[in-house]
Amino acid sequence: MIDWLSFILIPLGYGFMIRGLIAALMVGVVCAVLGAYIVLRGMAFLGDALAHAILPGVAVGYLLAGNNPAWLTIGALVAGVVTALGIGRISRGGLKEDTAIGVMFTGMFALGIALISTARSYTVDLAHFLFGNVLGVSDRDLWLTGIFGGLVILTILAFYKEFLVISFDPVLAKTLRLPVTFLNNLLLLLIAVTIVLSLQTVGVALMAAMLVTPAATAYLLTRRLPVMMALAATIGAMSGIIGLYLSFYVNIASGPAIVLTCTFFFLLAFVFSPRQGLIIRNQKGQK
Amino acid sequence: MDIVLGISGGVEHDLSRPILELKEVSVRFNGVPALDQISFQLQKGERVAVIGPNGAGKSTLFNVIAGVLPPNQGQVKVYGNIPGEHICIAYVPQRSQVDWRFPVNVADVVMMGRVRKLGLLGWPKPGDWKYVHEMLELVGMNYLARRQIGELSGGQQQRVFIARALAQEAELILMDEPLTGLDARSQEEIFSILEKLRQRQVTLMIATHDLNLAAERFDRLMLLNERLLGFGHAAEVFTPDLLSQAYSGHMRLIQTPNGTMMISDTCCGGGETEGRKERREERKEKRDD
Repeated sequence: MIDWLSFILIPLGYGFMIRGLIAALMVGVVCAVLGAYIVLRGMAFLGDALAHAILPGVAVGYLLAGNNPAWLTIGALVAGVVTALGIGRISRGGLKEDTAIGVMFTGMFALGIALISTARSYTVDLAHFLFGNVLGVSDRDLWLTGIFGGLVILTILAFYKEFLVISFDPVLAKTLRLPVTFLNNLLLLLIAVTIVLSLQTVGVALMAAMLVTPAATAYLLTRRLPVMMALAATIGAMSGIIGLYLSFYVNIASGPAIVLTCTFFFLLAFVFSPRQGLIIRNQKGQK
Repeated sequence: MDIVLGISGGVEHDLSRPILELKEVSVRFNGVPALDQISFQLQKGERVAVIGPNGAGKSTLFNVIAGVLPPNQGQVKVYGNIPGEHICIAYVPQRSQVDWRFPVNVADVVMMGRVRKLGLLGWPKPGDWKYVHEMLELVGMNYLARRQIGELSGGQQQRVFIARALAQEAELILMDEPLTGLDARSQEEIFSILEKLRQRQVTLMIATHDLNLAAERFDRLMLLNERLLGFGHAAEVFTPDLLSQAYSGHMRLIQTPNGTMMISDTCCGGGETEGRKERREERKEKRDD
């Protein structure tokens, strides 16, 4: 017993670990709850693309104002809006949407890397943007993550039934005269904000995992949306904490450790889910 | 269902006007006409079957009436106002257009019909849930209120969406091929529900490929193929002339000593074989679950 206790307590002796754990927990919850809509609406690729495409905005903010979260956020939002508009414009030009996403996000991502490469501390900065640096979280970062993460969750709760309708039945949303365009844009904005506040925890390259994997895991386990959101949030939070402990003891990078924990939970559900897991499906198939 | 709709918007209903009026409505997709100069009127409480071959524009017509698709030309009026201001029109989608794996149960889906009445930021109150369960009771589905929607049979799924239209307090319900793929018993259950809707003075437009049911069970038939070819009782619409105009490529009229005989190829949606195929696919999906 004593061993387990010290196993848990030793990392908590370090201030950076405590701040990292709080950040990973908050980001895990916010990403997972928003991720429920991303999974249900089939927006996984768009989420991944947006995560990459904000890089030039973050880079400009970083080069101009250093590590100031406000400027990073504004830069990311501008880049996110430019990307979303670009995708819309290109797909109206007759190309399929996933093609438009592919063109836009790689172009923006390359621009971001090009901009960061002009800085002297190129490799370190780039690695932090790409893979996160959760152990470098400051107290101010924590407050900002808490406030903006809280706003994202509150908005999702406030527009719960409207987001449900536009996701399940867009025609019903239109016949009920809901503000469909506004709601779609609001959802994109929430994704962009969530990406920015997750940047330091998992980084651009692995962001999609936090948005998609916990929600996909929950989808395999339940058939009610509120339950799916709660389960996803739990899985996201647990992955953040377990991943950081893993990173501490096994000495691997924190971002990948968190994402690998998510993936592990997903595989568990994929094999053992009582509703639609591999085992159950095989048994049904044999009947 | 009085003159004024609920707190949450929608416009006042001028009951002296027809519930639905179309004036020379035309729709083109990339220059290709889908609907051409459609004009007609519907009175409150009427039941109309919309028939015509695949690609005749039935779904397009419903989208225009629902206010989802603005027409290129012409006017749609609901009680004298444009439909984009109304929340009294419900669209019951084709079953193939619904994501049946979505994590919602039967009562959740029906409550969606009340989302606008609850208003932005509003949550369902006990009265709303009571209304939802009453509507489910009306279509005989309340005992399955907590069932996930993918676990229902085709007929049950259709009934849930009718309950949703009722929860919306719709006065005009558009149903896109509600009978496709259903067995005779499920079709009969749907018709007994439609009978209850008639008592509630709900106006109905139903797109169908089943010409016999259309002729037997509806007040008027609307024969559509880009243009409105006929609109009236079965005897007025089912004439050799109009039918061959509508179904020219899909059927052939043959004169026999016993009268006119029609040979048709019910391509997609309406035919018995198609229905059987759908049921087979349904069973397969259930296994996959």
